[in-house]
Amino acid sequence: MTIVARFQPPPDTGATAEFEYEGAAITAPLGISLAAALLAHSGAFTRQTAGGDTRTAFCMMGVCFDCLVEVDGVPNTQACMTSVRQGMVVRRQIGLRRLNGCSDS
Amino acid sequence: MGAGPAGMSAAVAAADGGLRVLLLDEQPQPGGQIYRNVGAGCAAPKWLGKDYAAGSQLVDALARSGVTVQSGAAVWRVDGGPRVVWSQNGLSRVTTAPYVLLASGAQERPVPFPGWTLPGVMTAGAAQILMKTAGMLPKDAVLAGSGPLLYLVAAQMIDAGCPPKALVETQTHGMLLRALPHLPKALFSPDMLMKGLGLIGKIRAAGVPRYKGASGFAATGDGSGMVNFSFRCKGKLQNLKCTLLLTHQGVTPSTHMSRAAGIKHEWNAAQHAFQPICDIWGATDRPGLYVAGDGAVINGASAASATGKLAALDILRASGRISADARNQRATTSLSALFRARAIRPFLDAAYQPPAEILSPPDQTIVCRCEEVTARAIRQGISEGANGHRQIKTSLRAGMGPCQGRMCDATVRGILSAGKASRMGGIDPPRARAPIKPITLGELAALSPQSEDTA
Repeated sequence: MTIVARFQPPPDTGATAEFEYEGAAITAPLGISLAAALLAHSGAFTRQTAGGDTRTAFCMMGVCFDCLVEVDGVPNTQACMTSVRQGMVVRRQIGLRRLNGCSDS
Repeated sequence: MGAGPAGMSAAVAAADGGLRVLLLDEQPQPGGQIYRNVGAGCAAPKWLGKDYAAGSQLVDALARSGVTVQSGAAVWRVDGGPRVVWSQNGLSRVTTAPYVLLASGAQERPVPFPGWTLPGVMTAGAAQILMKTAGMLPKDAVLAGSGPLLYLVAAQMIDAGCPPKALVETQTHGMLLRALPHLPKALFSPDMLMKGLGLIGKIRAAGVPRYKGASGFAATGDGSGMVNFSFRCKGKLQNLKCTLLLTHQGVTPSTHMSRAAGIKHEWNAAQHAFQPICDIWGATDRPGLYVAGDGAVINGASAASATGKLAALDILRASGRISADARNQRATTSLSALFRARAIRPFLDAAYQPPAEILSPPDQTIVCRCEEVTARAIRQGISEGANGHRQIKTSLRAGMGPCQGRMCDATVRGILSAGKASRMGGIDPPRARAPIKPITLGELAALSPQSEDTA
């Protein structure tokens, strides 16, 4: 099911980065934060808590940690404090990070 | 530490006075939250307003100043000495300096209610950051809460062509009446008063529906991402359906850094928050450690800029570069700017005080977003004998998640002291310990004596 978008798409500023999110290819303006790019892509959740609750970016300034995702295999990454990079592979963070450093096999 | 108006002004003034300055900031660009992205190279859209554009002067002055700016740098430890440990690109470094200024700024006060954790519910400040940094405009958003920023975001949305669907205000007539005695003093801040009246006029002219004296916030999702927002207003239950619910109830000083540094804090009853104790120059009880800006007390951007300069002047005096007389002489402009900026604050503090149900929300509300601890669980903990932050933390884990209590400390305190407002300040502030930001073991392990340098 497509979740309603909550923001108008970011204006075209020229240079863009293409990255992968949950298997989908996303194009976003270079220089914006990963959290902004994910919110522009969809209003859906980007992490699931240990209790199964769904969350996404909330404060956009590094305070709340609700925008945690897995970036290039590194879990617990604050999407609002990470700029989009060409070719980055981003996945939802489901539950707590695994202690071996990988959230999935 | 911190490249907002306080940190930037202080760094520029200190460098002008002949000091070697290192400015550490967590964001990719200097500006802080208020001037976020202002120096990114593209002209700021008109709808962000002239006060925002004015921030570029500070960013430009910083760029010309010879200050070493390290962006994307997260400070995670501050010791007496002073000694600062910070992390950048996954590596930690230690910097020692005779004088350290903490300009950690403010964060939005949490606005907890049932459903505030849903995707689609964000802070008004978050939406403003998206507008400033990505040009992303909210669609069909409802703004809820109270305070100057709520009006500013509403006005910016109107100017950008995406007016809010409604403004749901917690402010009551009673609060406004209690604020009135502070109005004469507020006249010393004519610019701020006029700006506020202008914002409200703009919202009125745009025909945005306003619900005043609203209470009983609750949000539910409908599976498609839409948010159903309900509240009570004038005795009636109201329902608004929106794609985005933006809440705001004022800002509080970010004190993790100053508390972890061991600086003494005091309760500010008017602002409902703890703040570090400092003198007019920002000097604290810890030798060499200064605080400035909204991280010391909420007074807004122009006061922040003034206090940053005052701190820099005192650091120049303390380091023997200028005499106390020269310091006092050079401080006059900043002192009068500070006086003007502060004059409106008692009025704003009284008019937009947080309502009791935000400080101590209903049982089913999640208070600690990280560890998913409800208000009910905290009340149960109190009935079992918990009487402070520490017991709540150890028994329920509220404040033990990655945000380290930044989103729940205020609410835990509100619940602890509910019904005993005079006790709000009577409970010690929660402890903050290094690392004040989550870091990896790798970042810790990479620390070595060789990584220590002097600013």
